[in-house]
Amino acid sequence: MTRLSIVLVAAVMLVACTEKPQTTTARKADDKPWATAASAYAAAGYKGGDQAAWEQQLKSRAQGQNEYSRTAAP
Amino acid sequence: MARMKFICDAERCIECNGCVTACKAEHDVPWGVNRRRVVTLNDGVPGERSISVACMHCSDAPCMAVCPVDCFYRTDEGVVLHDKDTCIGCGYCSYACPFGAPQFPSNGTFGLRGKMDKCTFCAGGPEANGSQAENEKYGRNRLAEGKLPACAEMCSTKALLGGDGDVVADIFRTRVLTRGKGSEVWGWGTAYGKPTQGSSAPQAKPEARKS
Repeated sequence: MTRLSIVLVAAVMLVACTEKPQTTTARKADDKPWATAASAYAAAGYKGGDQAAWEQQLKSRAQGQNEYSRTAAP
Repeated sequence: MARMKFICDAERCIECNGCVTACKAEHDVPWGVNRRRVVTLNDGVPGERSISVACMHCSDAPCMAVCPVDCFYRTDEGVVLHDKDTCIGCGYCSYACPFGAPQFPSNGTFGLRGKMDKCTFCAGGPEANGSQAENEKYGRNRLAEGKLPACAEMCSTKALLGGDGDVVADIFRTRVLTRGKGSEVWGWGTAYGKPTQGSSAPQAKPEARKS
């Protein structure tokens, strides 16, 4: 009986061990940035899945940092 | 597409730390970790200069070379990232990096040094794009959302530029030629000598051109 209760108590206590398993040792492979499903946080008008569209999106977005393309010529 | 790069224009940086704040908020970076920070030279002296510094995503990154567990990788877009599940927190990368980019959280039990954290160019990590696991370990993946790094996009004076290296170099070149100052420095011609993307910006005044 005592042995059984010890086993039960041990089992209950071990349930509290919620640490995530840390078994990975090799580096994982990464996805391409355009390989993503449509997200609510995606830039307006941008849909993932296409490399050319992604590159064009970043290129046009980068021009937002260029004040000379947003204002009149100096 | 060329490689993703940051450029910080020291003539424009006003040390507002907006980039630091944007990064902290965007990725929910813990206390003690600063993926980006602003360094000021000759602070308080007339003519002081500030520059925003983070991981420069080196083409030949020393952190990758010294990592004993090979947790770093470079994406096809030139972003240097790492796998926190492989990192052992040894700190070698911290000693190797000339920019002080690798950061180590130290608020755990007994002040332990946790796994390395650094600027991801807002590109997340090896977990699935936009997943919760990626967000918890590396922060937002803005590149997968079709956006550029938060620090550069939030910069009020546009001192910090981020994105495709060719595009931001074109923007920076146009700016420097227009203001007629800065192109006299050593290495300018090599780094920014000619447009590579057919800049959409207007041509600078001819008299402002140097070297």
